[in-house]
Amino acid sequence: MGQGSGGAARDLARGLLYLSPNLLGFLAFTALPVLAVFVVAFTEGSYTSSLDPATGAARLDARWVGLENFARLASDGDLWRSLWNTVVLMAAIPLQMALALGLAMLLDRPGTSRVVLRTMLFLPTVAAGIALYLVWRQIYNQDSGLLNATLAAAGVVSEGGGPDWLGSATLAKPALLLMLVWIAMGGTNMILYLAGLQDIDRSLYEAAAIDGAGPWDTFRSVTWPALRPTTFFIFTTNLIAGFQIFDQVLIMTRGGPEGSTSTILYEIYRNIYEYQGKMGYAAAQSVLLFGLVLLVTLGTWWLGRKGREA
Amino acid sequence: MSAVVGRSLLRDRAGLALLCLIALSTLVPFVWALSMSLKPEESVFQPGIVPTSSEEVAVVDGREVRVRLLRRLDDGRLRLKIAEPGERRIVDVVDDGSWRRIERVDVRWENYPEAWGAYPFLSFGRAYVNSLVVAGLVTLGQVLTSALAAYAFARLRFPGRDVLFFGYLATMMVPGAVTMIPTFVLLKNLPDGLNWLLGTDYFSRQLVLGGNLLGIDSYFALIMPRCFSAYGTFMLRQYFLGVPRELEEAAYLDGCSSFGVLRHVCLPLAKPALATLAIFTFMWAWGDFFWPLIVTRSDEIKTLPLLLQAFQGSYGARWNLLMAASVMGLLPMLVVFLIGQRHFIEGIKLGAVKG
Repeated sequence: MGQGSGGAARDLARGLLYLSPNLLGFLAFTALPVLAVFVVAFTEGSYTSSLDPATGAARLDARWVGLENFARLASDGDLWRSLWNTVVLMAAIPLQMALALGLAMLLDRPGTSRVVLRTMLFLPTVAAGIALYLVWRQIYNQDSGLLNATLAAAGVVSEGGGPDWLGSATLAKPALLLMLVWIAMGGTNMILYLAGLQDIDRSLYEAAAIDGAGPWDTFRSVTWPALRPTTFFIFTTNLIAGFQIFDQVLIMTRGGPEGSTSTILYEIYRNIYEYQGKMGYAAAQSVLLFGLVLLVTLGTWWLGRKGREA
Repeated sequence: MSAVVGRSLLRDRAGLALLCLIALSTLVPFVWALSMSLKPEESVFQPGIVPTSSEEVAVVDGREVRVRLLRRLDDGRLRLKIAEPGERRIVDVVDDGSWRRIERVDVRWENYPEAWGAYPFLSFGRAYVNSLVVAGLVTLGQVLTSALAAYAFARLRFPGRDVLFFGYLATMMVPGAVTMIPTFVLLKNLPDGLNWLLGTDYFSRQLVLGGNLLGIDSYFALIMPRCFSAYGTFMLRQYFLGVPRELEEAAYLDGCSSFGVLRHVCLPLAKPALATLAIFTFMWAWGDFFWPLIVTRSDEIKTLPLLLQAFQGSYGARWNLLMAASVMGLLPMLVVFLIGQRHFIEGIKLGAVKG
C-alpha cells in the first residue's frame, strides 16, 4: 500500500490521531448525550450543581424517580395534544411534495427563464428562519396584515372584518400549514425531484410515445416509478424534520391559542425553560420523540423496500 | 405532426405561465415586508404597497393650513384642530368645501437606523458579528474535523475502523432534540466541575467579550457542541473513497506523509463536497434558533435570530420597525444565495446523492 510498514499499534495510533478531534467531540456531544438521555429520563431535578458549605462536597440537584416520568407521559394531555398538532401540521408534507413534483416537472426543460424561476422558487427556503416567520406573523395580523387586506379588497370579508388567523384555535393550524407549504414547495424537495427527472432515460419516454401513451399514462408508468427512490428520500427527511417543528410556533403563536399549535418540541422547550427544573420530564419527552422518529424512519424504509419488491 | 408540435408548444407556454405566477407569489411576502418596513407609523394600517401618509388641510381665515378634523358640529360647521408648527388651536368653521385629505408618498428610510439600535441591549451590528463569528467557527470546525475523520475512515487502515464508522452512521438518525438535554446539563455543570476537579475558580469567569468563559451562556456553548458532524464525515468519506488509488500511491512515492496525501491529493479533489458542506453548515448555523435560545442568557452574545425574537418581544406592536428588523435579518442570506445560487442548487443534489 505504500503507507509504510508500521505494526497494528502504529496504524491504530495514526488512525486515532486523525479521528481524535471529531471522535472526542462526537463522544462528548452525541454519543454520551444519547446514552445519558435514557438515564436523565429516569430522574427529576434542575441539574444545578452546588457545593455543600459544610463538607465541601459537590451536589447535583437531581434524584432518581424510576418510571414516574414515563407514567406522566401517558396521562399528559398537553403532550398528546401537541403530538396531535404535530401530526396535523405534517399534512403539509404530502402537499408540499406534490407541489414540488409539479413544479419540478414544469421546470424540467432547458432555458434561462427557467433558471431564474427556479432561483425565485428557492428563495423562501433560503430565507426560512425567524425573520421570515415574523413577516408571516404580520401577513396573518388581523388589523394590518396582507391576507385580510387582500381578502377585503376581493370582497370576501368586509373592511376590517377579517379573521384573526393566528389568534383563533381553529384557524391557527391551517395558517401555519399554509406557510409551511409556501416555504417548502420550491425548495430542496423540488431540486431533488428535478435532479431525479433529469436522470430518467429519455428513451423510456420515446417508447411510451410510440406506444401511444398520453401524458397521464406516461407519468404513471415512467416518471412516477423512476422517481420512487427520490420520493422515499424526500418523504423520510421531511417526516423527521416535521417531528421537530418549533421555531415557527415560538415566533408566531407561542403554542396558542389554547394550545392548538403547540408541538412536541415546544412542550420539551416549556419543560426546560418555562418550568425551570423539569429536565427529567423533558428528557422523557425527548425519548418519546426519539422513539417516534425511529419508528417512522424504519416504517418508511420498510414500505420502500416492500414497494420495490412488489 | 405539426399539430402535435403546436399542442406541445402550447402546453409548454401554459406551463411557463403557471410557473411564472407561482414564482411571483413567492416574492409577495418579501415585497410586503419591504413595503411595511418603509411605512410611517400612522399608515401601517393602510393596505397599499407604496408607503404613504395622509394629511388634512383646510382654508381657515383666508389661508390654507394643516388641520385635523375633530368632528362635524350639529349646525353643520366643522370643528378643526389647526396643526401648524407654533400654532395649535381648535376652531369651528363653516364647511366651505376647502377641507380635504391629501395622500402622498412618504417613504421612511429612517425606520432602518431606528430599528438598528432600537433594542437597547444588543444592536444589529453586534448581532451580525456574533452570528458571523459563531456560524463561521462552527463551519470551520465541522469542515476540519469532518475532513480529518473522513480521511481516516476512507483511506487509513487500523483495527476497529469499520465498527467505529458504523457507530457514527447509527447516530445520524438521532434528532438534535434528543441530545440537547444531556448536552445542556453537561454544559451547565462544566465550569463548576472543572473548578472542583482542579481546585480553582478560574472556569467560572466572565469573558470580556460577553457571557461566560465556559458552560451555559457562553460563545463556547454556542460553538463547540456543533463543530462535529457525523453527516459531514459520512459525505466526505464517500467522496474520498472515489479518489483514485494511483494518485495516492504516486504521492507516497514522492515522499508525502499521510497528511500530505490528505492535503495535496484528497482535499483538492473533494473541493465540491467541501464547498457543499461549508455552505450548508454555515446556512444552518446562521439560522439555527433552538440551541442558541436554550443556552444564552446575556444579550451581548446573542445571534441574529435571537435578537429578532427579543425585538419582537419589545416592539411586537410596531410593525414598521419589526418589518425593518426582519428585512435586516433576511438580507444577508438572500444576498449570499443570489451570488452563489448555482453552488446551493448543485450542493443539494450532491448532498442527497452522496449522503
